[in-house]
Amino acid sequence: MTRKDRMNSSMIQVYEIESGNFTKAGEAAGNIKKLLRQLGIDAGVVRRVSIAAYEAEMNMVIHSIGGIIKILIDPEAITFKARDTGPGIEDIELAMKEGYSTATDFARELGFGAGMGLPNIKKCSDDFIIKSEVGVGTRLEARFNIST
Amino acid sequence: MQEYYHSVTLDKEKCMGCTNCIKKCPTEAIRVRDGKAHIIAERCIDCGECIRVCPYHAKIAVTDPLSSINRFKYKIALPAPTLYGQFKKITDIEKVLVGLEALGFDHVFEVARGADFVTEFTKRQMADSDSPRPVISSACPAIVRLIQVRFPELIPNLADIQSPMEMAAQIAKEEFSQKHRVSKEDIGAFFITPCAAKMTAIRNPVGFDRSSVDGAISILDIYGPLSTVMRENTPSKVPGRFQNATFRGVAWANAGGEVDSLDMDNHLAVNGIDSVIKVLEEIEGNRLSDLDFFEGLACIGGCVGGPLAFENSFVAQTRLKKLIHKMESPKPLSPREVDDAIEIYNWRLDKDILPKPVMKLDDNISMAIRKMEEMERIYGDLPGLDCGSCGSPSCRSFAEDIVRGYASEFDCIIKLKEKVRILAQEMIELSDSVPTGREGRAKGEEEPYEDK
Ligand SMILES: Nc1ncnc2c1ncn2[C@@H]1O[C@H](COP(=O)(O)OP(=O)(O)OP(=O)(O)O)[C@@H](O)[C@H]1O
Ligand code: SF4
Ligand SMILES: [Mg+2]
Repeated sequence: MTRKDRMNSSMIQVYEIESGNFTKAGEAAGNIKKLLRQLGIDAGVVRRVSIAAYEAEMNMVIHSIGGIIKILIDPEAITFKARDTGPGIEDIELAMKEGYSTATDFARELGFGAGMGLPNIKKCSDDFIIKSEVGVGTRLEARFNIST
Repeated sequence: MQEYYHSVTLDKEKCMGCTNCIKKCPTEAIRVRDGKAHIIAERCIDCGECIRVCPYHAKIAVTDPLSSINRFKYKIALPAPTLYGQFKKITDIEKVLVGLEALGFDHVFEVARGADFVTEFTKRQMADSDSPRPVISSACPAIVRLIQVRFPELIPNLADIQSPMEMAAQIAKEEFSQKHRVSKEDIGAFFITPCAAKMTAIRNPVGFDRSSVDGAISILDIYGPLSTVMRENTPSKVPGRFQNATFRGVAWANAGGEVDSLDMDNHLAVNGIDSVIKVLEEIEGNRLSDLDFFEGLACIGGCVGGPLAFENSFVAQTRLKKLIHKMESPKPLSPREVDDAIEIYNWRLDKDILPKPVMKLDDNISMAIRKMEEMERIYGDLPGLDCGSCGSPSCRSFAEDIVRGYASEFDCIIKLKEKVRILAQEMIELSDSVPTGREGRAKGEEEPYEDK
């Protein structure tokens, strides 16, 4: 593969995530999985990205007022970005702790709220950044290397 | 061995080119081209959904005729427990087994007995292995193939244990050859099947090299002759000659039978391929990690709902439940019997199960990305009706087919109509600009001579 080849081939997909819409929840993660599989990405990587995407998507549905998910793919890596417009996380360190959750009773009844989502995303990815500001929103980025 | 043998095939004559099957296929393996359905061999998992949905009975499952047993000197029938549920007022399993004997078999060995062994093997494997949880049953070949195609990440979860059918064949042949001092080569074992996927699994096994089963006879084919001999047979024979499976083994015919026999807490049994897909998605997403064992059966109701079963699956299921309820208390296998079996037989899958990445657009990832972008562009231009008239199951898969070079844009009737409209418009414009009759003159035509 030439250098030019690599530079030319990359793609971006964008998904809108609605707050509180549980009928649509998980759709973006599902589409991402199908996309990666069609691209012939290694099964283990596909699984890790899908898990991270699902957790991030559910967090946006449950905890945020909505936002967008972007996935960037080039032959070396997959970059997953989630960005919402609020309410933001007060204490990120706390939010990243296994078991910490502010999920409502309703979300808990649906099986969420174990406080494992964010730690899982971090565990699955090769690189992970989360930034948040109360009143502004949360931004999360996870990178996954494609081993060739 | 052919790489892509399939029991499920198309009867071209009967196919009307409708869109029923392409819509129902769980792996998007069917296309209609030139007015006939085509099955994409690499993708087909032999689940039989298309057989059930085709209104013209153009989708068929190829099985062996009863006469094929005559290839062997000694013939053993391996009836699936589903067979017992096909007969009205059945009270005695032995009657069915003796009936099979009367059809020309030298011996009859219940696949339910094979299931009894598989249950014990599974228990042992679960007790001492650190394989990823949940362990997924590998008994339904359609589900094993579904996992290869759509859930390759879950291949390590598959139980690496032979199916009840394979165990039954191995044990039956071994015992028969010992007892009658004949060579195993001379013995043919034939599965009496409700299942197309099992036929494929015999010809083209996944996870091991060669099946011990020599053929499969469809329940649909054997039902007629068997019920005739069962009616005529005066049961003069010694009772209990063939029957030796526990009620738990027999219960495998119904959905949930396998997990019930395992006596385990954290298990889940799901039947019907669409539901199984939903649960596999959960397992793949690590959202069912507290589960120890998962039984997924492609057919609704389990094997009683197999595409080659004769009786309505709900009726058969209820009949089997009654039959099981009335069966004598089980004589479970002794630990000794299980130990011996582990010694003698190939009870494990000894070959790796490989993923089948048939959905991928290209081997080269850069190329795949480019194709994907092209696909998105094409998809964005399509009407999004998912009507199937183009012969592909959805607009998205149609876009994929175009990128792969298997279809062209104007196979879409909406696109074609649009094109025709534009062409028609152009024709009108063109015809307006052409002289009509003698009144006008076309460009460059000479001025007519004028008398002065
Ligand atoms: N996008 C977000 N916007 C606002 N708060 C968030 C967001 N994502 C996470 N949080 C906060 O961080 C906490 C921890 O998130 P995490 O995903 O780890 O657990 P959870 O969503 O509560 O439970 P689980 O993911 O196990 O179902 C959440 O309870 C919530 O308070
Ligand atoms: S459920 Fe039973 S009959 Fe149906 S495909 Fe699976 S093994 Fe065959
Ligand atoms: Mg979460």
